[in-house]
Amino acid sequence: MSALRWGIADGWTMTRRNMAHVVRAPEEIVIYFSLPIMFVLVFGYVFGSGMAVPGGGNYREYLLPGVFVMTMLYGLGATATGVAVDVSRGVVDRFRAIDMARSALLVGRSGADLLRALLEMATLVVCGLLVGWQWRHGVGDALAAVALVLLLRLALTWVGIYLGLVVPNPDTVSVIVFPVAFPLTALSNVFVAPELMPHWLGTVSAWNPLSATVAASRELFGNPGTGGDSWVAQHPLLLSIAWPAVLIAIFAPLAVRRYQRLSR
Amino acid sequence: MTTQTPAVVAEDLRKRYGTTTALDGFDLTVPAGTVCGILGPNGAGKTTAVRVLATLLRFDGGRARVAGHDVARDPAAVRGAIGLTGQYAAVDDILSGRQNLVLFGRLHHLRPRAAKRRADELLERFGLVEAADKSAKDYSGGMRRRLDLAASLIRTPKVLFLDEPTTGLDPRSRNQLWDAVRELVGGGTTVLLTTQYLEEADQLADRISVVDHGRVVAEGTSDELKRKIGADRVEVVVRDAADLGEAARLVGRATAAPPETDPDVRKVSAPVADRVAALAEVMRTLQAARITVEDIGVRRPTLDEAFLQITGHRAVS
Repeated sequence: MSALRWGIADGWTMTRRNMAHVVRAPEEIVIYFSLPIMFVLVFGYVFGSGMAVPGGGNYREYLLPGVFVMTMLYGLGATATGVAVDVSRGVVDRFRAIDMARSALLVGRSGADLLRALLEMATLVVCGLLVGWQWRHGVGDALAAVALVLLLRLALTWVGIYLGLVVPNPDTVSVIVFPVAFPLTALSNVFVAPELMPHWLGTVSAWNPLSATVAASRELFGNPGTGGDSWVAQHPLLLSIAWPAVLIAIFAPLAVRRYQRLSR
Repeated sequence: MTTQTPAVVAEDLRKRYGTTTALDGFDLTVPAGTVCGILGPNGAGKTTAVRVLATLLRFDGGRARVAGHDVARDPAAVRGAIGLTGQYAAVDDILSGRQNLVLFGRLHHLRPRAAKRRADELLERFGLVEAADKSAKDYSGGMRRRLDLAASLIRTPKVLFLDEPTTGLDPRSRNQLWDAVRELVGGGTTVLLTTQYLEEADQLADRISVVDHGRVVAEGTSDELKRKIGADRVEVVVRDAADLGEAARLVGRATAAPPETDPDVRKVSAPVADRVAALAEVMRTLQAARITVEDIGVRRPTLDEAFLQITGHRAVS
């Protein structure tokens, strides 16, 4: 199984390469961090006073799991841009002309972005604790919630990789991601409970993949705003695993095929 | 691999992109340990040929072997034997020069310590020690190209592809790169070099293949190609511009061929068949007419002229 061994080794080498980028260009990560922190402050404090949580409870406590997930979604932009930068430069040719695992470039991108997401989560958790968020169940449940958030991020890395390969122009990619990401978060339970939206909007928002992960992590953290009468609202845990699995099942093969088509 | 096995063999390679034919029956044989120059204008198919041979691009027809391995059937083995330096420097911009070389060393499956050692050797060899820890994006064009070449030499390749390696470089960086290539060839590496610069092919290549519209239209040493397009020319530069007309008449008579004049540099030239005899005859005639000659010589046509002759258009548009 030396192919598998090198697949893992080369994937890890590429992961470390991408992590080295973060260390060498930390200004980029500051930008990605400032956005969710700003959302915590703006939505938590400015609008938060007027926001209702179904079933009562602190709005900031309700908000934080949403911000975790939103941060994961915005990370998709970094993934796509990273891939697009590689593909638009000759460096991808060099990788492909080396007798290394063919999967390494994509696996390394996914791995590095997942590690980065772990860092982002750590920061957000600290940030959350400072504004009054907390986990009310055991550490085990809290870690499970974090794992679900990261699972969604893993799925989103493959969406991002595919996007970066389809639109191999770094500037275009970042222009595409933001206008898609913002409505996606607004049309979910990140800021507002679907029950409080007009009926059809609430349904769309409840079925949003982001909502599944947010609802499941709220439940595991013991934060307010969980539950509801609909089938979706009753099964957040199931959906928070199913949605990312579906995304990976669709986008990972698409990305791999697209990557292989570079040799056409 | 023995020296009898050619390092690169391409037979009737074909590649189409939609309606564009990039390779149209491309044939090439490069003996091991030599430098082959592929010369041609933009869009002639040079880069496509290199990308096919380096396993980066699938081809539609024909056969290719590199370092004894079939490109289509065993691309991994080909990748293990080649180095590639592309048109634009293919390094990671954000990483430092050293980090780049260590990264590529690791991807070549060197152990961490060996990868570091190799990186240090290459930095030393290409004069990049001082800039080793700067981001590649802060390198000058010449430094980047050297780093790029170093990155393709992690494991000394049997066959090195250089795709327009000096495009956009200043003359000093270009000469440095040429020296590095010569050193490699001295060490036994076979080099396949594409270039638009006739001088580069002339300087580096043992044999040159002229490519146009996806196929090789002429092949030979640089001298052979020059000879192929015909005669040598005798050239005379006179001291006094007033003598130019008379000199032209005498040169024409001595060579029995129509002379050409270039008043800007006070030069007369005419094609000759027998180099030495023609030179002596022209010299004698001019001396007899008491025309002061500043310079006289016989020269081969330039590769530029050869290229124009072979393809019907200039190399660089």
